[in-house]
Amino acid sequence: MGYFSNIYHGIGTLLTGMRVTGKYFLNARKGAITQQYPDNRDTLKMFERFRGEVVMPHDENNEHSCTGCQKCELACPNGSIEIIWDRVIDPETGKKKKAIDQHIYHFGMCTQCGLCVDACPSDAIKWAQNFENSVYDRTQLTRILNKPGSKVRAGVEE
Amino acid sequence: METATLEPTITKKGFKSEEYFINMGPQHPATHGVLRLLLTIDGEVIKKVEPDLGYIHRSIEKMCESNSYQQIVHLTDRLDYLSSHINNEAVCLCVENALELEVPERVKVIRTILGELTRIASHTLWWGVLGMDVGALTSYFYGFRDREMINDIFEETCGARLTMNYNIPGGLMEDIHPNFVKRVKEFIPHFRSKLPEYDRLLTGNIIFQKRTKGVGVLTKEDAINFGASGPVARASGHSCDVRKYHPYSALDKVNFTEILDTAGDSFARYRVRIAEMWESLDIIEQLIDNIPDGDHKVATNAVIKLPKGDFYQKVETARGEFGVYIISTGTKNPYRVKFRSPGLSNLSLLNHIAVGGKIGDLVATMATIDIVVPDIDR
Repeated sequence: MGYFSNIYHGIGTLLTGMRVTGKYFLNARKGAITQQYPDNRDTLKMFERFRGEVVMPHDENNEHSCTGCQKCELACPNGSIEIIWDRVIDPETGKKKKAIDQHIYHFGMCTQCGLCVDACPSDAIKWAQNFENSVYDRTQLTRILNKPGSKVRAGVEE
Repeated sequence: METATLEPTITKKGFKSEEYFINMGPQHPATHGVLRLLLTIDGEVIKKVEPDLGYIHRSIEKMCESNSYQQIVHLTDRLDYLSSHINNEAVCLCVENALELEVPERVKVIRTILGELTRIASHTLWWGVLGMDVGALTSYFYGFRDREMINDIFEETCGARLTMNYNIPGGLMEDIHPNFVKRVKEFIPHFRSKLPEYDRLLTGNIIFQKRTKGVGVLTKEDAINFGASGPVARASGHSCDVRKYHPYSALDKVNFTEILDTAGDSFARYRVRIAEMWESLDIIEQLIDNIPDGDHKVATNAVIKLPKGDFYQKVETARGEFGVYIISTGTKNPYRVKFRSPGLSNLSLLNHIAVGGKIGDLVATMATIDIVVPDIDR
């Protein structure tokens, strides 16, 4: 190719590319996929399976369904879950039964792999969808999942 | 490491020429991660490239020795994070082979679909970043725009966008989301309409062609000698697709062609990856309508103990051949785990193909080799 035809060819390829960008420039509103993130907090909904952080749901009687079987503690690869438990006397049967004192979740060590929730036999823990987890002090990332004064729901067996 | 030979030489025209060292990285946007390249340079001509690793070493292979077989899987997310689903699949297949466990057909098909989606997501990101590396910022946004749809599919079904950890030994953690098939079917025609746009924007661009054609030429012999795999080797004419030669999951049921090129330069590697995206779309389209019914996993023991022996499984990630080698002594932890990562072999040939080029050529070569540093430096 000659010198000038080279230049024409080069400019031609640049214009082909600019036609693509120009199309989007003129239809900027139609194809916009940008999320106006901090402003759309009210309408932003995460997918239900999104793994944000581990929580323990409690019902209105302040009861959870964690029996303290420690399967989540064993499944966790990084030691994020620590369960302090004791045997307490069940008032109905009079027998000693395992019950959790504290279900400690070290969120700072968690990799959100999902093995603990998968391992839980009584669905006591589940994933919450919140993702704004920055804190100023890492001690705030250590959370006690069972609420104060809560106890295991009747009928949930190990 | 060798020391510098900083002796000035006199060129033919009488100018004094001196070689010198320059550090590229560890914090350099063109090295795609914390990789330090020690360049020996004469003027702007590269005399030697020495990759210096170790900046993101996390001893994942050693960590595997103290984890159970279920727990190993999530660590492989952190190797080649752009093909994390395929890495997980490799470990799961290796454990399943060792246990002689037959997973349901449904699991195989879903794994293959997600694996090909991962490949497309990885290649779109690579395409965008390649454009940025050679000076075309627009491609970066277009690549990420299309990758976002795949990320949404992953987030809805697997629960995470990058470190999915959706595979477990014996199947999948959960069944696919009801919207999964619908979303994938929306994605295929969308991406088919966008791929020609990629060609118009970047492939035909004269500046891009001048930056990549004839740059970083790798011959077929060298590709084999250096143990290159994936699109890097296939662009040099070395047929090495693990999906063809050792099909795993549902890949033996689909028809696809292995993309080969003979030029071996950066532009050939580019063409191979673009063509691979078309092929991946074909594979997904063949499978998405025929997901068999069945369970999403087979029950395994809560504590998996592999029989005594050593087990190897290789898969084709977006970057090449990824191998998992497990030595078991019959306990619940592996005795030794070794990952064969495609990035390390592909990086080792960088010195060979970059010498003689300019620094700008090195950036284009690095981008088309498509290294992911956490994969190299485990």
